[in-house]
Amino acid sequence: MSFRRLTSGGRLDRDKSVKFRFNGKRLKGLSGDTLASALLANDRLLVGRSFKYHRPRGIVGAGVEEPNALFTIGKDGTEQVNVIGTCLELTENLRAKSQNAWPALSFDLRAVNQLFAPIFGAGFYYKTFMGPRLKSWMFYEPHIRHAAGLGKTGTQGTAARHNTRNAFSDVLIIGSGPAGLAAALALAGTGVSVTLAEQDFELGGSILSSQNENLLAWREATLATLNRAENLRLLTRATVQGLFDGNQAIIAIGGTMVESLRARTIIFATGAVERPLVFDDNDLPGVMLASALRTYANRFALLPSKRCIIATNNDSAYETAFDLVTLGATVMIADERNGIAGELLAKSASLGVVVFAGSSIAAVAGKRRIEAVMLGGPHHVRLSCDLLGMSGGWSPLVHLTSQVGSKPQFNPSVQAFVPGPLATGHYVAGACNGSFGTLAAINTGQAQASAVLAALGKKAINKTDVPPLEADRGLAILPSVSPSKSRFAFVDFQNDVTAKDIAQARDEGYTNIEHLKRYTTLGMGTDQGKTSNINALAMLANLRDVPISQVGTTTFRPPFTPLTVGAIVGRSLGQHFRPTRRSPLHDWHEQNGATMIDAGLWKRAWYYNWAGKTPHEAYLKEMELVRHNVGLSDVSTLGKIDVQGKDAAEFLNRVYVNGFAKLAVGRARYGVMLNDDGLVLDDGTTSRISETKFYMTTTTAQAGEVMSWLEYLLQCHWPDLDVHVTSLTDEWGGMALSGPNARQVLERAFPEEDLSDSALPYMAVKDIEYEKVPIRILRLSFSGELGYEIHCPANFTQGLWEHVLKMGASAGLKPYGLEALASLRIEKGHVAGLELDHRNSLDDLGLGKMASSKKSFVGDTLRMREDMMAPERWSLVGLELLEPGKKLRGGAILFAAKDEIKGHGRGYITSVTWSTDLQIYVALGLYQGGLAHENEEIIAAFPLKNEKVRLRIVSPHFIDREGTRLNA
Amino acid sequence: MSEFRYGGDATKKRPGPGAGGLKVWHEYVFTFDNPKGPHEEFWQHTLGCRQWFKLKRNTATNEILGGGA
Repeated sequence: MSFRRLTSGGRLDRDKSVKFRFNGKRLKGLSGDTLASALLANDRLLVGRSFKYHRPRGIVGAGVEEPNALFTIGKDGTEQVNVIGTCLELTENLRAKSQNAWPALSFDLRAVNQLFAPIFGAGFYYKTFMGPRLKSWMFYEPHIRHAAGLGKTGTQGTAARHNTRNAFSDVLIIGSGPAGLAAALALAGTGVSVTLAEQDFELGGSILSSQNENLLAWREATLATLNRAENLRLLTRATVQGLFDGNQAIIAIGGTMVESLRARTIIFATGAVERPLVFDDNDLPGVMLASALRTYANRFALLPSKRCIIATNNDSAYETAFDLVTLGATVMIADERNGIAGELLAKSASLGVVVFAGSSIAAVAGKRRIEAVMLGGPHHVRLSCDLLGMSGGWSPLVHLTSQVGSKPQFNPSVQAFVPGPLATGHYVAGACNGSFGTLAAINTGQAQASAVLAALGKKAINKTDVPPLEADRGLAILPSVSPSKSRFAFVDFQNDVTAKDIAQARDEGYTNIEHLKRYTTLGMGTDQGKTSNINALAMLANLRDVPISQVGTTTFRPPFTPLTVGAIVGRSLGQHFRPTRRSPLHDWHEQNGATMIDAGLWKRAWYYNWAGKTPHEAYLKEMELVRHNVGLSDVSTLGKIDVQGKDAAEFLNRVYVNGFAKLAVGRARYGVMLNDDGLVLDDGTTSRISETKFYMTTTTAQAGEVMSWLEYLLQCHWPDLDVHVTSLTDEWGGMALSGPNARQVLERAFPEEDLSDSALPYMAVKDIEYEKVPIRILRLSFSGELGYEIHCPANFTQGLWEHVLKMGASAGLKPYGLEALASLRIEKGHVAGLELDHRNSLDDLGLGKMASSKKSFVGDTLRMREDMMAPERWSLVGLELLEPGKKLRGGAILFAAKDEIKGHGRGYITSVTWSTDLQIYVALGLYQGGLAHENEEIIAAFPLKNEKVRLRIVSPHFIDREGTRLNA
Repeated sequence: MSEFRYGGDATKKRPGPGAGGLKVWHEYVFTFDNPKGPHEEFWQHTLGCRQWFKLKRNTATNEILGGGA
């Protein structure tokens, strides 16, 4: 046993035993334990294997700094990985598993990696597996990934229900140590709203690790006041994971809640974490942070059983030694310094603590746990022990201040990085600012609270009680000189980075800290270098012979501690991941045999079961219906924009490449618009309802983008134009009636209206009223057949749809879905979203002739750029399959017949369909040089399926090139 | 999805319809300063009133410095 549990003391409820499992073994802890303290109470020192060398690893810390004690929690496919055991409150029936150990924790086959350590140094993976041939990485990667094993997430997802919420506060205090509590106390009852966020399940921070009665009493009294104050919100188990623009704090609360808090001001009272010392085999289980030993003793009643050695380079470790001795442990101190303060030596002597001055740790002995240490320096002794506490100084937790852009600055007096200049409204108190010591924390906490009140325009009303404490000690820290040649002197425990790796990286020229980080992986991983960073920086500074301030720090990134994807996602799961848009005909489709498909945010009718059971069977029948009789399709998803105003015609004339100024009332025109860069933005049909009123349609995909673009031009650049645009996409629904018999059906549906070819010719529009519902009939054709679009307010769309279907029943009218709609337009050679990929010019799409030369329009200048005029651009072509029985696929890569099938080819297939008219597969595609290659035989390759077929380049208009059908 | 959308540099003057040659438009569309500090930009209240407006923002700190002229 390395630790024994004391029969009294600590913040434990000894009447409440808590059962849990560790790697399948049933164990017991107490209420108030963390998983880590419960494991130590059960003498489980070894909790995992290291990432690279699979060395046995034990618990090092007692809080957020912990690099080793990461566990997989849960069972039956709902496992959650990388949970920090030192922060996890022990709960009944908790199941924890070690990570990185295969096949078992005590017997790890991959521990042989240690024997190969000379070749596993910095950059080993890059050098060995990556080059010179990329293939080798492809081969090795799965094996390396398996060996690395960062824990395996459960395949069933989480059983927990995650929530997100928003909150607002005048003040956010991060951390509830003496600084945070003092700040909260000063703000209690002042009327400003305050949120105090503490990641632990108890408030108090470092006070919880103390045995000072005065301090503990102050905490009790303070909490009593805080609990009474109505302006305070005290959050425990609440970790501020990230800070973002506008003082937005993302706070993970209790594992299943994420709060987005907007705070006017923030007081950073995040404290500091102790640093390890770097010596050979400093990762042996039983080697821990001195402050952790103090926490385990005072808070969790776990005392070193036999002898404990404390190795230090500063004064703070003496506090640990004195507390442990007071509780009954045997303690010796190895202090790297020679000039140790007299009163510390005196107190040590009086308590029976032997101090070895000028002594560092030369070596440690023990196989799976520490058994002895050998001292370096003047005292060449071997001291047996069961625990070694190390203190290399303290690192302020500057992660959050750094996240909001305050670059950490080196403070040599404490040998640590502290927050640099802060943004307005940000205040830092206590150890986070390098003000070590409880009194300093309380005083700066109070002072910063007063500053916050002043900034918020309030008067300070509280004079905070300060507990009677001894004056703070400075750290009197001696910068440690770490060994640079040691193979197993670990700097970063989590990433298995050793002193030698850092020296090697530097020798190979990685002298910039950011390069060093990426080359050695130092400071990466879930702990983001909380314990390792400063030691590595000091080492690099030493090797480069520059001050540490010149080396700088790497960037700290959110999350502060591991955060589950579930917590981030909240309820935005499955269909709630993004909004769902439904056409006004949605219910009808579902009730009448449609199979639905997602198209962007929309749910659309894909095909109907009257036509077949599979999409392939159904769309061909639906196509035939439209080509030979008449079909009805839901086009409510099209963008619909109402354009009104005295200058509406002038406006449209500017945004479309073709002329709209002279469009007659009652007529529609197909238009194409460009971006400023001369590339095609969208196409659609716009009709003139009156002199000052137009009705624009856009593609479904670009509806939002076009609307925003028109608003931008009008509001930002052309405010002189008297035009208003309003989106009608959701307010109006629409349907396309298409096929040779479309007019016959339409006339039956609206018998009062003259809908003859002369009254409503191709590209004409007519507003009518039917049973008092305003209806707009546009004679357009997307399919290439005689066609009408019938639009009306969304509330009446289903009634109108049912009416038209009823009137067409005797003619054989049936609905057709998106698949047939898209296939019909491919046969006709109409471009759509798949071709309009925001990289094409007008000419690329065969639309160059539309551009007016008589007026100016958006994009007219830059579309004439040299590259845009190049003859070898990828341009729209039609494609016919020459090998019956084979298949064409969208996305297939196009090659000339003589080309080697390699690389990106000369283009690709955008859309494919079986042509019911031609009885072959036809496709649209973009091909280098376009129709200049008409009638050439080319090749379409689909490497994923190892397919290669012969095609012919043809006109993209596969049917009815003269347009006799749509003019019928 | 977010409530506001960014709409680019608001300090540049858009050439009028039909005005400016290739060079002027190239400058307007493709070349930008990347200032660190206060900057005037276009933003739209997309999921709201749909108003486009000018906003002064510190690009280094994201501090909002007020509306534009």
